[in-house]
This record gives sequence, structure tokens and C-alpha cells, in this order.
Amino acid sequence: MDIFDFSDGREGYYGEYGGVFLPEILHSTIEELLACFRECKADPKFWKDYVTLLQNYSGRPTPITHLENLSRQLGGAQIYVKRDDLNHTGSHKVNNVMGQGLLCQRLGKRRVIAETGAGQHGFATATMAAKFGYDCRIYMGAVDVARQRPNVFWMENLGAEVIAVEDGQKTLKDAVNEAMRDWVTNMADTHYILGTACGPHPFPEMVSWFQSIIGIEAREQMLKQVGRLPDRVYACVGGGSNAMGIFQGFFDDDNIELIGCEAGGHGVGSYMHSARLAYDDASVGVAQGYKTYFLQNDQGNMNETHSVAAGLDYIGINPIFSYLWEQGKVRFEAATDSEVKEALKLTMRTEGLIPALESTHGFVTAIKEAPSMRKDEIILINQSGRGDKDIFTIADALDDSKWKSFIGGKADQYRSEPD
Amino acid sequence: MGLQAYIEKRKKDKELLVMAHVVCGYPSFSDNMKELEIMSATGVDIVELQFPFSEPSADGPLFVKANEESLKSGTTVDQCFDFMKQVSERFSFKVLMMGYYNTAFRMGEELFVKRIKEAGGSGYILPDLPVEESSNLHAISEREGIEPIILMTPTSSDKRLAKLGEASRGMVYAVARKGVTGSKTNMSDDVIQLVKRCRQHTSVPIGVGFGISSKADMDFLRGSADLAIVGTAALKIWEESREDGLTKFFEELMA
Repeated sequence: MDIFDFSDGREGYYGEYGGVFLPEILHSTIEELLACFRECKADPKFWKDYVTLLQNYSGRPTPITHLENLSRQLGGAQIYVKRDDLNHTGSHKVNNVMGQGLLCQRLGKRRVIAETGAGQHGFATATMAAKFGYDCRIYMGAVDVARQRPNVFWMENLGAEVIAVEDGQKTLKDAVNEAMRDWVTNMADTHYILGTACGPHPFPEMVSWFQSIIGIEAREQMLKQVGRLPDRVYACVGGGSNAMGIFQGFFDDDNIELIGCEAGGHGVGSYMHSARLAYDDASVGVAQGYKTYFLQNDQGNMNETHSVAAGLDYIGINPIFSYLWEQGKVRFEAATDSEVKEALKLTMRTEGLIPALESTHGFVTAIKEAPSMRKDEIILINQSGRGDKDIFTIADALDDSKWKSFIGGKADQYRSEPD
Repeated sequence: MGLQAYIEKRKKDKELLVMAHVVCGYPSFSDNMKELEIMSATGVDIVELQFPFSEPSADGPLFVKANEESLKSGTTVDQCFDFMKQVSERFSFKVLMMGYYNTAFRMGEELFVKRIKEAGGSGYILPDLPVEESSNLHAISEREGIEPIILMTPTSSDKRLAKLGEASRGMVYAVARKGVTGSKTNMSDDVIQLVKRCRQHTSVPIGVGFGISSKADMDFLRGSADLAIVGTAALKIWEESREDGLTKFFEELMA
């Protein structure tokens, strides 16, 4: 199936979702971007350069790891993990960013901007900008800046300017708005490196295309290493870029079940979550340049969202998933904050792996379902990011008292130093 | 009287009309009413009532804050339509709905247009709704006699302007520069050129907006545009010096 083979007059639409809903001033910029993207996608050399860049710079292909201990303990399906956490900068975000960095060269623009939630996309963008020599500005909600200082530290040291956004909920969606405001002002020399498969066309298609490298590799690796394809594939879904990435490797296999795992936050009925499709609270709307399911009220204003994982804490889901969900092609489940903490502890202790809080949402659902599957069945989880660099958030989430006293001691030390 | 006929009639007495703006419910509906009284008394010709939205990505900092504060104080779409009705009954200027497309999408396009009509509005400005996505809404509007205000911009190609011109009804909103609402625009030949280009593609009156804040801007636009659109500058004045400041501001602008 090729979801990107649009019918006449429906370019950028997946069923009734997607499209371009932007101020008129950006129309020519989007046309320019679309034309450049079409040229890149049609050029085999572009993809070859992209793969080579990721091999040499980011350590691709990332491996597949068999979680033998965890599989044995759960007593059901064999669990394998695609290790996109082993990328340079620690997550799959670098795939999209390096791709858009190459595309930006063809666009001839020398300044890049990006929004970021957890900071992983901002970190990856700052890294790319340093390598390619672009000026770089990252927009990040003030709440996220406060909870993700290590990423902000790296972005700034990589030469990017980080702007803490004080509007709205001061999280990812507000960072997107602020990046849009920059773009409508500076589009002549600036490319907006959108971090997920959301936003106006062609971003959902473009980001999915760059992330498809995860699924292409995973499919080959499963066949070569395990001798067959998985029965179920799990991935966390915020905007949905890592899930789109790995799922694309298995779209044509009707007997492989694809499961998107959203942020259940405080759970069903709490209204403090980011589960657009797994819970019943979202409805179709138009915001931030595209049409999809949003967590919004009956007036069309966005609701507050929540997740322990900043990278999943977002109002909308990529329009491709709204369509695939409706078609029954992807199943959606949610993992709550407390389930995520338990799954993270279990994964660390049994396997020595530290998935990012975002990626751990995929583990939660897989861990729930594995015991009821047969031992010869196979699960593949996308570990889209690593958790060790989120030590502050994870230590908070695990309420680690020794960590707290260490930080207290550090704080005392800084306070006693002369200015 | 339709918007175009109204503008043309008003233009017989003055060369450059003024369109002003309030964000519904910010600082409060009663403050809005006071602002509108001043606008009416000083001769403002058209007023945009902005329905607050949680993601106002085309607006600058002051309107972002106004949208956010208004929603925080509980402003609803129903209240905005009720207010529009009061305003259109009380004042002789024309009233437009301004907002983001999701407000219309959520209630349904049919109902959206009917409610504007019932509230005495003449049209609407939805800056995030491109013409490609507007055919159904425009058809309903045509039937109901409500005008969709099209935006033309300095980055629009001639081909694009032709397409926008075809869809234009009532008036066109020419965006004076790149960027969001509220920053200063350096009024230069570029703006005059933009209005000229727009006129080649539409026969409806043209208002110029984004960054208009002074009598000098008005003088500059006179003879070129049909309307000057004043948004952020008026809200800024209201925040600083309330009735006295706003009265003086519009009196000077109209002088």
C-alpha cells in the first residue's frame, strides 16, 4: 500500500485528515518546500547520501536486540527491540533532522528553526546545524525547559539559541506556534525543521519518509537475524514519527499487527493525558496547520494535556495515523505514567536497557500483551530513544532519594561558590 | 447593504476608511464595549471581533496574550456571537468575525455562517483557512450573503493573486509585510506596490493591515488603499491609557 500516492486534488490528504491550513503568507514557502521535497524523493542519489550520512555520523543501521530475560520472565512471545536509542544524540529524531538538513542545502537556506518538547528534537537539530553550518534557533515551552535542562545545556553548547516559550501551557504545542510565528517572518532564509509527522503537508509525508529508514532496516534485520517477521510491532506515539518510521517496514504484511502506544498520563477519565485515539476524548479539528484528531473542547479550543514523557505531551496525532486507525490498520493503546515507571524499572533490571520515558510507553503495552501470546510468536518494539540522558526526569519519576540528596549537595556547592 | 457597497458609499465622504479590532472578552466584554463606543464616536467604519482561540499562531505577542486571557476568563463562542449581536444592533459600523478556522469547523460551516448572519455580522476573516479549503464555506457564504475576506500578501505570486482575486468578496485584506500581527511596519513603496498588484486581480476594496499605528501611516496609505486596518496599536493604547488614550488615538488617526 502506498499512502503517499495521492489521488487528484487530494494531495496531502490521508482520508479526510492532513491538508495545509496555514496563513496565506506561507503559501509560496510551502510550495517551494513541496517542490524541493518531491525532487529529493525522486532522486535515488539523495536517499543514498542520506543513508551514508546516517551510517557515518549516527551509527546506522541500529541493531535489533533480543530481550531473552524479559521474554522468559513474561513467559509468552519473544521480544525484540529496534535500538534507535543508539543513534547519535540518543534518539530517532536525528534521522529526520539529518534528512531535512540535506534538503535545506538544496533549498539554499542558511537558518533553521525547530520546536522541541522533551528536547531530543531540539538537541538533534542543534547538532545537525552545527555540522552543516546553519544558524539555529530552538523554541521550547518554558515548562519543558525547566524539566529538561540537560538537553537545553547541550543545545546551547552546540551553538543554538534556545527560546523558552511562555505562552499557553508552555509545552510542545506552544513551541510549535512560536516556531510558526518565526517562520512567517523569516521564511526567505529560514527552513522550519518540524520534528514529527504532524503539521501541514508535506511535513507528515516528509518526516515519515526520512523515518522509514527504521522500518526498512528492521524488516531486513528480522528476516536475517530471526528468520522471520514479527507478529506485532509496538511503538510510542506522540506526534507519531518513530511509529511511522518502524511501521512503514511492515505496512504490506496484513498478518502483522501494528500497535501505537499513546501517553495515558493519569489515565482514562482524568483529562490529564495525551491519548488522542486510545481514549475517547479527542475529536477532529484543524490546528497548527493540519486536520486530525485533537484533544479539544466542543468550542474547538485545545485542552490541557499531560504525560510524564514531555515528547508525547501533545494535543494532536499525525494525520496518517488518524486515517490508518479508522481503517483498522493500526491499533492504539495507552500507557499511564505509573505503568511507564514500572515498565522502565523492569526493563532496566532484566535487560540492562534504559529506554526513554517516551519509548517506554511501547514497552508497557508489549509487556501487557506478551504473556498471552505463544512462545513462538514475536514482538518487535521500537526503542526510539535512550533514557540515561533524561536522568533528571527519570530520577524524579522514580522519586529517587539518593539522587535528590546528590542534587541538593550540588546545589549547596554552587551556592557557596563566589560569583 | 453589502460590504463592498458600504465601503464605496463611505468613501464618498473620506478617502481612507478605518477598520479596527477587538479581541472578544479581553480585557472584558464591558471593556470591549467601551472601546467600541470610542471607535464608533471617532468614526471607525468596520470592526473585527476576534473570537479567541487557544492556538493563535498568526498573532503577535499582545494578541496571543489577549486570546489566552480571554479564554482563561471563560469566554465562549456563544458569548462572542451574543456580543456580536449587541454590537451590530447598537452601532452603525459594519462588523466582521475574525478568528481561526477551527472555531468554524467545530460548529460546522453551515451553522457558522448562519450565526454570523443572525448576529448581524457582514463577513469573516479566517487567516489560517487557505482558499483551496474554502469552497464549501464560500458557497454557503454566497448563499447567505456573508462575505469571506480574502488575504493577499507580499509573497503571493501573480498567479496566486489571480486565484485569490477570483474568490474575493466584499473587501480584500492586504497583509503589509511578513510576520505576525503587532510589529511595526516600515511603510514604503513595497506596500504601495502590493496594493497596486492586488488591484490588478480584484475589483473589491482593499484594506491594508499589519503594523498600522499612526497618522503618518494613514497619510502614507491615503490614495492607495481603501481602508487602513488597525489592530494591536489600539489594544496597546487601551492597556496603557484606557478611554482618554484610545479617544485621542483614533481622533488623531482620523484627523
